[in-house]
Amino acid sequence: MAVTIKPQTIEIVQTDPMVPVPYRVLRVRRETKDTFTLELEPLPQPLTSPVPSPFTERGAEGGVRFAPGQFTMLYLFGVGEVPISISGDPAHPELLVHTVRAVGTVTKALCRLKRGDILGVRGPFGSSWPMAEAVGNDILIVAGGVGLAPLRPAIYHILSHRGEYGRVVVLYGARTPGDMLYKKELVQWRGRFDIQVEVTVDAARPDEWRGNVGVVTTLIPRAQFDPYHVTALVCGPEVMMRFAILELQKRGLRDDQIYISMERNMKCAVGFCGHCQYGPHFVCKDGPVFRFDKVKEIFGKREI
Amino acid sequence: MIGERVIVERQDFQKLLDALRQKGYVTVGPTVRDRAIIYDEIASVEDLPIGWTDEQDGGKYRLKRRADQALFGYVVGPHSWKKFLHPPVLSLWKARKNGKGFEITPNRDEPPRYAFIGVRSCELHAIFIQDRVFTNGKFVDPHYQARRRNLFIVAVNCVQAGGTCFCVSMKTGPKAIAGFDLALTEILDGQRHYFVVEISTTLGADILQRVPTKPAQPRDLQIAEERIQQAAQQMGRQLDTTNIKELLYRNLEHPRWDEVAARCLNCANCTMVCPTCFCTTVEDVTDLTGSEAERVRKWDSCFTMDFSYIHGGSVRASAKSRYRQWLTHKLASWLDQFGTSGCVGCGRCITWCPVGIDITEEVRAIRESEQSTA
Amino acid sequence: MDTLERLLSEHPFFKDLDPRYIQLIAGCAREVTFKAGEFIFREGDPSSHFWLIRSGKISLEVFVPGRGTLMIETLGEGDVMGWSWAVPPYRKQYDARALELTRAIEFDAMCIRGKCDEEPKLGYELFKRFAQIIGQRLQATRLRLIDIYGSHD
Repeated sequence: MAVTIKPQTIEIVQTDPMVPVPYRVLRVRRETKDTFTLELEPLPQPLTSPVPSPFTERGAEGGVRFAPGQFTMLYLFGVGEVPISISGDPAHPELLVHTVRAVGTVTKALCRLKRGDILGVRGPFGSSWPMAEAVGNDILIVAGGVGLAPLRPAIYHILSHRGEYGRVVVLYGARTPGDMLYKKELVQWRGRFDIQVEVTVDAARPDEWRGNVGVVTTLIPRAQFDPYHVTALVCGPEVMMRFAILELQKRGLRDDQIYISMERNMKCAVGFCGHCQYGPHFVCKDGPVFRFDKVKEIFGKREI
Repeated sequence: MIGERVIVERQDFQKLLDALRQKGYVTVGPTVRDRAIIYDEIASVEDLPIGWTDEQDGGKYRLKRRADQALFGYVVGPHSWKKFLHPPVLSLWKARKNGKGFEITPNRDEPPRYAFIGVRSCELHAIFIQDRVFTNGKFVDPHYQARRRNLFIVAVNCVQAGGTCFCVSMKTGPKAIAGFDLALTEILDGQRHYFVVEISTTLGADILQRVPTKPAQPRDLQIAEERIQQAAQQMGRQLDTTNIKELLYRNLEHPRWDEVAARCLNCANCTMVCPTCFCTTVEDVTDLTGSEAERVRKWDSCFTMDFSYIHGGSVRASAKSRYRQWLTHKLASWLDQFGTSGCVGCGRCITWCPVGIDITEEVRAIRESEQSTA
Repeated sequence: MDTLERLLSEHPFFKDLDPRYIQLIAGCAREVTFKAGEFIFREGDPSSHFWLIRSGKISLEVFVPGRGTLMIETLGEGDVMGWSWAVPPYRKQYDARALELTRAIEFDAMCIRGKCDEEPKLGYELFKRFAQIIGQRLQATRLRLIDIYGSHD
């Protein structure tokens, strides 16, 4: 197929999406031994350079608007940059919240930040959980490990628009009770009368745990929802999502009722560096949230 | 003047370069270096590979002397124009520590206004393919754009094909149809040596004001067409693009990939020479004192082990998966991503592969294996 | 007995089982209740029963010297507990402890084995169903074996 070569009027661009915007750390919360939640606020002063970042636009509340499921690139001076999902409340974007797991050089350094430290932020990027499309449906959330972080904004959204959705179920699996994120909030959500929350761990000691023990997929058969009118949001390690989808399909869900969040290496987050390609998709702009029927041909194919 | 065809004599070619340089363009074109024809800044006609041609095949590139003194009597070398529009190394911004924070100074260097001399039709398509990557999406690469918008293109129609060329299969040549300012067809006919020049833009017409020209005669145009047709008949390779996207998508687990993997060195040559490959990486560096940092963008290749690294390991750890990624991206996923093929049929990947892996042969093998089982 | 038969026929585990067989196995069953903290069986006990949990939660546990007691799996409403009655050496591999008040239907394994010997087709139906349970437990265990949440550098 030949390229259509058209003479173009190329407009001049004033912004560079590779330039980070400085944010200040307001608070660091330790979630588990290797996972921390950073609460950030934008710095008031404008960038000194004449080529601003395209991410400096502020909403009315003073923050950058984002949709649940989106991520940012977090930059630490002289260390590097990594993609991290936003884990905060979309209704309160003046506080930009990320939950980071220390697994590499940059994330380990991010987890050592203190109140008042400055880091660079680019974003938000990517596709989001289908909060609008799911209105009128039951919602089933299946999260594994740190996969609960990109789903938390969706839970916040659902809870503040509770009347728009039917039954809401949150299923969460972690390695051990000590590895669970957002314990206090999970208990709060569970305590409400309008949401079913089931939590399980892979292994536990009886003196520390009275809840379920078993892999998170075992919670799916018992979740209470209408398979004809449900939207499932699934996030966690790829292998966990794979088996969760099998269980969801057993409950009668169609592939277009299931949404997943994928992860790939990213260097730019704007579709230029090519690293995040997943089949024909760029995880940074076509994802990270994908409707399962759109990726089911390649999902589970090795080394794609 | 636009659409007009004129004749420029060989002895007046220097005036074209001069006219461009007087207008402030940095003229870049082919020149011989290290036994290859590469692209670099040129000032004079003498810098061009006069009287040289290239012999190419899988894993083979040799320069040979021609019997004549043609300026553009070769095809394509290891360089492509992406070297100028999408530089291999580019500083994106510098940062300096400032108390607890830092100040960023983006790279606002004004890039040169390039005039590319001798752009083949396949290369023209490659530039437009990269335009779609960098300027057509939600975000625009300002560095690419700054170099692209002032670009003056002097295209050259191929009158001979290379040993690994298959632009006819990819419908990207040999004739340059659009997207240039001027397009030349070099004619050596007995004693005569001249160029048939097609004017496509006012910029192009403007530059030609300073070059002696005369209107092209029907016979000149006929000879030009015949020579270009000759090139079209001489293609060194062929690629059947019928439903190629579906063919590759349904053969992701074909045994042929293992077969290629046994040969492929993952050396990344193909991605370096390919005029459309655009992958980059970003390096965040500091000086020893830790008070200054810089973000540098560099060419990268999907063949490297780290390319697809996420915590714990690389998604594409095997050589086979990386070759498969490159080929299926180039010929299949690119169509879904950008609406065109990623391949322009220039043959560089075949020529510069140290083991001579041939993209057309790989596709043929997969296609034929389906036909034989059908 | 009538209530028990009804309970059994409604349970997904016995779905599509011939009502005559339901009656047969109901003859080997009775309703039981375990208090929170009570052990249903301990490691090494002979496998004399299996259970259909109607409500509550039971934890399967194993004692590891140096690490103490670890919870392997929890089973709850609707789950079938105990498949070791079906395969030699007919011994329990773990402790089972009720985490909360738990109601179950308890089946006498010897009685069931006897009925299966008399009616091999019943045996086939039961073993098909237990094979599924064992398969599910194996799947779930394997998923935890690969430590999907661990950091693997």
